[in-house]
Amino acid sequence: MQVIESSKVYDVVIVGSGAGGGMATKILSEAGFDVAVLEAGPFFDPAQDEYRTQLRWPWESPRRGASSDRRSFGDFDAAYGGWNLEGEPYTEAPGTRFAWFRSRMLGGRTNHWGRISLRFGPLDFKRKSVDGLGDNWPIGYDDVKPYYDKVDKLIGVFGSKENIHNEPDGFFLPPPKPRLHELYYINGARKAGIPVIPSRLSILTKRINNQRGSCFYCGQCNRACSAYADFSSGTCLIFPAQKNGGKIELMTNCMVREVTTDKEGKATGVSYINKIDRKEYHLRAKIVVMAASACSTARILLNSKSSVHQDGLGNSSGLVGKYLHDSTGASRSVFLPKLMDRKIYNEDGVGGMHVYTPWWLNDKKLKFPRGYHIEVWGGMGMPSYGFGFNPNNLNKIMGGEVGGYGESLREDVKKYYGAVLGVSGRGESIPQRGNYCEIDNNVVDEWGIPVLKFNYQWTEHEINQAEHMQDTFEQILDATGGILLGDKPGKDRNFGLTAPGEIIHEVGTTRMGNDKKESVTNKYNQLHDCANVFIMDAGPFVSQADKNPTWTILALAWRASDYLIEQVKQRNI
Amino acid sequence: MDRRESLKSLLVGSVAGGLLVTGCAPESTVEIPEKPQLPGYGRNEREKEHDEEVLSESFFNEHELETIAVLCDIILPANAEFGSATDAGVPEFIEFIAKDMPNNQLPLRGGLAWLDSHSNKLYGMEFKKLNEEQHKAICDSIAYPGKTAPELKHGERFFTNMRNLTMTGYFTSEIGVKDLGYKGNMPGVWDGIPEDVLKQQGMAYEEEWLAKCVDQTKRTDIATWDDDGNLLT
Repeated sequence: MQVIESSKVYDVVIVGSGAGGGMATKILSEAGFDVAVLEAGPFFDPAQDEYRTQLRWPWESPRRGASSDRRSFGDFDAAYGGWNLEGEPYTEAPGTRFAWFRSRMLGGRTNHWGRISLRFGPLDFKRKSVDGLGDNWPIGYDDVKPYYDKVDKLIGVFGSKENIHNEPDGFFLPPPKPRLHELYYINGARKAGIPVIPSRLSILTKRINNQRGSCFYCGQCNRACSAYADFSSGTCLIFPAQKNGGKIELMTNCMVREVTTDKEGKATGVSYINKIDRKEYHLRAKIVVMAASACSTARILLNSKSSVHQDGLGNSSGLVGKYLHDSTGASRSVFLPKLMDRKIYNEDGVGGMHVYTPWWLNDKKLKFPRGYHIEVWGGMGMPSYGFGFNPNNLNKIMGGEVGGYGESLREDVKKYYGAVLGVSGRGESIPQRGNYCEIDNNVVDEWGIPVLKFNYQWTEHEINQAEHMQDTFEQILDATGGILLGDKPGKDRNFGLTAPGEIIHEVGTTRMGNDKKESVTNKYNQLHDCANVFIMDAGPFVSQADKNPTWTILALAWRASDYLIEQVKQRNI
Repeated sequence: MDRRESLKSLLVGSVAGGLLVTGCAPESTVEIPEKPQLPGYGRNEREKEHDEEVLSESFFNEHELETIAVLCDIILPANAEFGSATDAGVPEFIEFIAKDMPNNQLPLRGGLAWLDSHSNKLYGMEFKKLNEEQHKAICDSIAYPGKTAPELKHGERFFTNMRNLTMTGYFTSEIGVKDLGYKGNMPGVWDGIPEDVLKQQGMAYEEEWLAKCVDQTKRTDIATWDDDGNLLT
């Protein structure tokens, strides 16, 4: 098979169209660069009916929205793929576990994510200074704040000014009013002495420009919004950049194999496989921006071996793929008898929680380092596959027959509809050099590209944190006046701690730093080993706070893009 | 179309445009079916291929589908206001699920066979041919987990499985969603919990909290802020 050369040399090639790639596309194209964007999946635009899942009814899907290997979060979720991608496997080292969620499509995982848009706070960039574990970032909150501000205004996020030191306020749209189950949560948390504030989600409760609509409260942000009233990379960054007249070549179904370099070790472009004709191409560019997601970028770099970069591109430190870490997670739920037979009204609200608890114990000495926030769920949602399973299990609590058949089942389902409140913790783990992804020397995907092998185990820090989550959940949910559901998971089950990867906040594989031996990129997301390659996904995160990573990916990608432009102007690259 | 006919059409792929007649009778005409297609629901290419593949197959035979229909309507009969499980298309749904999630195939097929075998033992007839009283006697013996005789545990498992599929199939159908009373999935404006609900629950919004929330009369005004992040519009 012969590699097909592009005749054109682009100013920049951007690998990946998620949060980081989208931001790079917007900023760099608007600066006048001639940009190519390579996305491994197909085109996607939720405003076009052929892609739309929003406002569809469960019966429009023959499997009633059930999940499948083709769409892990169900038929109506916007993310193609998920835990399994046909033809693109990954492996796990014996005795370790990592769940890897991938979505190959324009916009990647930004199409379905929870829109929880939290800034990292001053402490989050310097945790080693607090607890001596892991490493500090080479930058601090003040370096990123101007970019968080710009991201807030460009994309839109609702929230409220709370003046909490490590939960910095931003330029917020006003939040929606709480729903009934959320009032129960607020009351329970208050009684337990735990704070609750309006949530912070990138959903437009007001318009921010004339191109995007405002939220119409269908509660389906995970389905991607046809009015562009929530953030996704395609709808809020790439399409607007195209409309602004940027020189953007958007290439979908292009699976990048490696970054190519010349004999001095400078990047010359990327080689990729066009998934439609299955042929390999070489696209030439002066600068390469990697934004394929923390693990996919690590994979591409490790597969980019040359005489200059013998261990893979950017890997002279040996740290590409190392320090992989995800958020912790654990959950619990409560049955609220006072919500039985409740009046039914439309409470879809925005797609996600209207209230949440930010981490509140930074000043306390605890059995574990770092913290977690608490997310809230419940309400009278739209039925989909699985609704009505075990229709009267709650009769165990309220008395009455469990099982059976006939008209009583109907009544039981209605009686209990919308009477459960749930909480989930999302916490910070400690990055470990020994948790990593590497190239599996025995396995290739269907494109012939060597795949990743994961090595990941939680430490006692995360397990102890999950224990604290469970104790907190119990306090709050008890205080709601409801009846806790299920058993409290004990040590034998790691206190209900999710498996690494399951929270889909994986970061750290190309971490930034000032010391070339201890980091992969500098503090502007530029490879130490190769000045014309930048990493703009979550790979450069030194530590993943208990905040969802997207807002920080966006802010850092904007900051790195500004730096890139400046470096070009100064003819440094 | 009566139930029997509709089940027959299901057997040969009700969603298929053309009619494919299987069977070995020499006079049966075999039309080439149009490619089975669903109305769009936002599928990508891979998913379309999968759906077409599943829809072009059939799994249950006529007898099995008839038994499923009888059982579904015992589990969820019609009432004065709403139709039964089969009115809501539950047998078609179960047929699809069996093909789409193949790990259901053996337990369902085996469970149906167990039910007939048990029914034959007790009454000398297949389950679908029993009268109401006999149906009730068998269902009562397998419908209540924890109360089932040890030798009927297989039946309990099957019944539980069928109850789950029937209930989820019904409540995700158009009839079922209406029956449940779910009010959303349409453009609207969320402006808080209705007053009467708050009162009935003995709850109230805090003034301080409400002051932070969106004024829905200004939702279409474009947001602007001062330098400190205070919203001006």
